[in-house]
Amino acid sequence: MGKQYETVIGLEVHVELATRTKIFCGCSTAFGGAPNTHTCPVCMGMPGSLPVLNRKVLEYAVLVGLASNCEITRYCKFDRKNYFYPDNPQNYQISQLYLPVCQNGYVEIETEDGSKRVGIHEIHMEEDAGKLIHDTWEDCTLIDYNRSGVPLIEIVSEPDMRNAQEVIAYLEKLRLLISYLGASDCKLQEGSMRADVNLSVREAGTQKLGTRTEMKNLNSFKAITRAIEGEQQRQIDLLEAGEPIVQETRRWDDANDCSYAMRFKEDAQDYRYFPDPDLPPVRISEEWLERMRAALPEFRREKMERFRREYGLPDYDLQIITQSAHLADLFEETTALCKEPKKVSNWLMGEMLRLLREREKDPADIIISPAHLAALILMKDKGEINGAAAKEVFEAMFDEDVDPHSYVEEKGMKVEADTDALREVLGQVVAAHPKSVADYRNGKEKAIGFLVGQTMKVMKGKADPGAVKEMLRELLQKES
Amino acid sequence: MAHSITDETIEYVGILAQLELSPEEKKQARQDMGRMLDYIDQLKELDTEGVEPLSHVLSVENVMREDVVTNGDMREALLANAPEEKDGMFTAPRTFG
Ligand SMILES: [Zn+2]
Repeated sequence: MGKQYETVIGLEVHVELATRTKIFCGCSTAFGGAPNTHTCPVCMGMPGSLPVLNRKVLEYAVLVGLASNCEITRYCKFDRKNYFYPDNPQNYQISQLYLPVCQNGYVEIETEDGSKRVGIHEIHMEEDAGKLIHDTWEDCTLIDYNRSGVPLIEIVSEPDMRNAQEVIAYLEKLRLLISYLGASDCKLQEGSMRADVNLSVREAGTQKLGTRTEMKNLNSFKAITRAIEGEQQRQIDLLEAGEPIVQETRRWDDANDCSYAMRFKEDAQDYRYFPDPDLPPVRISEEWLERMRAALPEFRREKMERFRREYGLPDYDLQIITQSAHLADLFEETTALCKEPKKVSNWLMGEMLRLLREREKDPADIIISPAHLAALILMKDKGEINGAAAKEVFEAMFDEDVDPHSYVEEKGMKVEADTDALREVLGQVVAAHPKSVADYRNGKEKAIGFLVGQTMKVMKGKADPGAVKEMLRELLQKES
Repeated sequence: MAHSITDETIEYVGILAQLELSPEEKKQARQDMGRMLDYIDQLKELDTEGVEPLSHVLSVENVMREDVVTNGDMREALLANAPEEKDGMFTAPRTFG
């Protein structure tokens, strides 16, 4: 029987804040601009330029701190972290080392053994770096500074997690809190949320922490889980073989499902922090902090309770709809318009989730407007379109938020209800399938299904199958 | 001079600052740094009991801006400072392994 090991994990999570402008200058943070078109002397680190803090960054950082039970540092300031790399035009990153804005918090996560607290050591504000692109043609590096100076918060947890499931639960919890605050959309794939995993193993029952490694470049929950499992095994194997674990940074290679040590230039980790003399300190008053506390939104638990009370939704629906603030808002605003909470919920849980999965999108990406969704639900209720058509319209709304009325009009999807055209088709179908008609009349109920199908085919789906069935019954009775 | 700086220290500081120093420059830098540390020692003699560390020379706090886009596209002017550019980007020696 081998030794038992315990894995100890702490996370450093970077979250890109949803501000319009960068942390220290009035450049746009919008995605998709041509290279270097969202830059200025400040975010390019030109000598003599002066950074000025974006008030919204401080607000978001404090809100995240309050939502994660942190103490807010009433007198905080910025420091320079010095390193040379072309993604960093100033040769230092403005960050917070000595007096980070939030400290000593925690979030509750649900685990197999019940709920558990994960401590938050600190949250600090800092700036993002530029993007490096390798040019194979000229064998050089090209630099785009559009992301340089985009505001980040770094949330540093205590080493309180013991396995990948707890790490995922912790990240989900942060994502939920932060997206409910509107402070970020927290997308791992797109890099608006990035997690670095600090992991060490120790013999079960011992207290002393083992040597840890840091893993970077984990941009999906799957990669995080695989990387944690791989790294804990790698460390256990080293210990079992009596070999030392080297404190190092390892880069996760998702394609090859393994991590490898990143080589740094000698001593490059000595950041020589010092207070940034360009940025005056920030003093947070009790009044301002009170305003921030009052601005905290309704979080998931309260929202679920209220939705249960006000709309009578079942638990299953509540779980799904409140997993994203955006989805919850869409539910509530649509319901206000069409007064059909359960139908709205069904659309969100059914087609919406299906399309999100199929298109590999996040609830935060949903562009369907409440007015359009409400209109679609009412159209279907009134029998103006059938179920299949409604799904098709929904998909168009999912992709482009089309107006369902004009879309149905344009595509000629309106159901032909009891019109001459429909009656004519019914007559043709009955005449063309005497055997099915005879079968039906001889008591074969199923035969009518075939006739409905034939009618729908001729109508190219623009009829309500239920109504067609009724009309067929009537027709066949009359003629018998 | 109370402080003497070792060659290793100069080497290390040089690497951090990305400087390549000639033997003469290293000697000069060693002397300069020694004097700086002597001066720091002198400062340490002062009684600073109860004095808050100073991180900013002006007594201002809470200088902030609103979250409003004020800058447009200045790429051309900014790239004019670059020794080399390509496709609207700065070029640098390759950094990828
Ligand atoms: Zn800028």
